[in-house]
Amino acid sequence: MPFETTIRTFAAALDDPSAATPAITRGRMGAPDGRRFAVYRNNVAVGLIGALEARYPVSRRIAGDDLFRAMARAFVRANRPRSPVMIAYGEDFPEFAGAYLTAAEAWPGLAVLADVARLENAWVEAYHAEDATAATVGELAALSSDCLFGTRIAFHPAARLLRFATPAASVWASAQSSDDPAAPAEGIGEDALITRPDCDVRVRVLPPLAYDFALRLREGATLIEAAVSLDDPTFDFGTHLIGLVDSGAVASIIAGQTS
Amino acid sequence: MTAADHRSSWGLGAPSVGVGFKPEHFEAIVDTRPQLGFFEVHAENYMGAGGAPHRRLDAIRERYPLSLHGVGLSIGSPGPLDQAHLQRLAAVAKRFEPALVSEHLAWSTHECAFFNDLLPLPYTAETLGRVAEHIDEVQNALGRRMLLENPSTYVVFAESTWAETDFLREIARRTGCGLLLDVNNVFVSAINHGHDPDRYLADFPLSAVWEIHLAGYAEDTDEAGLPLLIDAHNSPIREAVWALYTATIRRLGATPTLIEWDNDVPVWPTLLNETRRAERAIIETAKSRERVDAV
Repeated sequence: MPFETTIRTFAAALDDPSAATPAITRGRMGAPDGRRFAVYRNNVAVGLIGALEARYPVSRRIAGDDLFRAMARAFVRANRPRSPVMIAYGEDFPEFAGAYLTAAEAWPGLAVLADVARLENAWVEAYHAEDATAATVGELAALSSDCLFGTRIAFHPAARLLRFATPAASVWASAQSSDDPAAPAEGIGEDALITRPDCDVRVRVLPPLAYDFALRLREGATLIEAAVSLDDPTFDFGTHLIGLVDSGAVASIIAGQTS
Repeated sequence: MTAADHRSSWGLGAPSVGVGFKPEHFEAIVDTRPQLGFFEVHAENYMGAGGAPHRRLDAIRERYPLSLHGVGLSIGSPGPLDQAHLQRLAAVAKRFEPALVSEHLAWSTHECAFFNDLLPLPYTAETLGRVAEHIDEVQNALGRRMLLENPSTYVVFAESTWAETDFLREIARRTGCGLLLDVNNVFVSAINHGHDPDRYLADFPLSAVWEIHLAGYAEDTDEAGLPLLIDAHNSPIREAVWALYTATIRRLGATPTLIEWDNDVPVWPTLLNETRRAERAIIETAKSRERVDAV
């Protein structure tokens, strides 16, 4: 049998748990042995589900093992990895989990679950992101005031901005210190910023308007353009800018032209 | 340079015993700076863009020699190697300058789907030719020799016409690659297929071995109720594997040896104890070899 045909047959049987043990394989009795072939099927499933469990530990605790495994098993069946670099595997799981919970008409309190999964995925992305130095508050202070309004910022490769309709960041944070992360049935939405100062991933809940301000800056707006777009005369962009820089979210400050 | 020359020229001072590096042990390692021959890492875990994994491995690499062990290249595939993945492996090797680079006699990718396991292949003239081509390609891309590891297997193929030991010997001869002898895999496969592990080792091309792996296995049974061992890397090394190891280094001499423990990872002192046992085995074996030489 050509090599390609053999491996194709083996792979097809791995992919389909209801398929017969491939007749090309042999156990000790000289015949195909289902329990032996099942070791490979099990290794594949356990490995992929384990990768999701490792990437989404808080989501798993909120869901409980049974529900999380059911979602993970369904995800794994529909999403075979396309790359041997497993640190990228499962980045589509939050969206999948959201759709799964909706389709299953799960308890509405579980809505936070898909948001927590988004946060956990962003955490892993930040953890593995490219290295870059972060701008300092000192650099910000050194800007002359007449070029400040035209200044733009470049975000650090690890920085992630997230907007949730649920209190996902608080639930995630409480899970870091508690074995029983409480998922409030009702709660207000939260904005979060993930940064990685000195290779240490941090998650913070943002104050009102900070997400919108940072998003404008990320889209390339100058400080004044970003601040004006918020249409709120009480918005103190200086405080928010210092907060962003201090968090490690900013890689570089690009000074505007002096007027 | 032969494998035997290389084994003694790592500059590590015999005995060279290493462990698979786990991030949870990082603090214990940098705080206590244990005497160890080397650390080994799975190359794929360092294929992210940056961050803590790279920083930790830089710190390990400053203090210890490194062995880079790939688990995703799918050298035993009939199809072409994934060029992007080969380039990623070359980039990790360039960055961390490992003393050794190894991969498996197995496949894991078929038509772009990655199965995340080390899957078996038949041993025929056709598969031998393809694996040898892939190893040539890897060695050209890396600009260095690679080591190929013997697998744990749970099934064999009706169409196989080569013994695994002959297959590995011929690949090493054709490509000049070295071999990574996983003694746990020898034991697991021998029990699973009803062979004598001592016989397998007697037939193994030991002169091409540059590194040894030791690990723990799990136990199950097949449909006939016969023992089915699983290469689980989740427990201490079993006595039967230690005995095979001692017999192997008695013939082979001191060889860089890795303790692999990838699942249910223990606390650092437990892992370190396993390395000390391997070191004692190497020292005691060396003494008995000297006594034999002196007679």
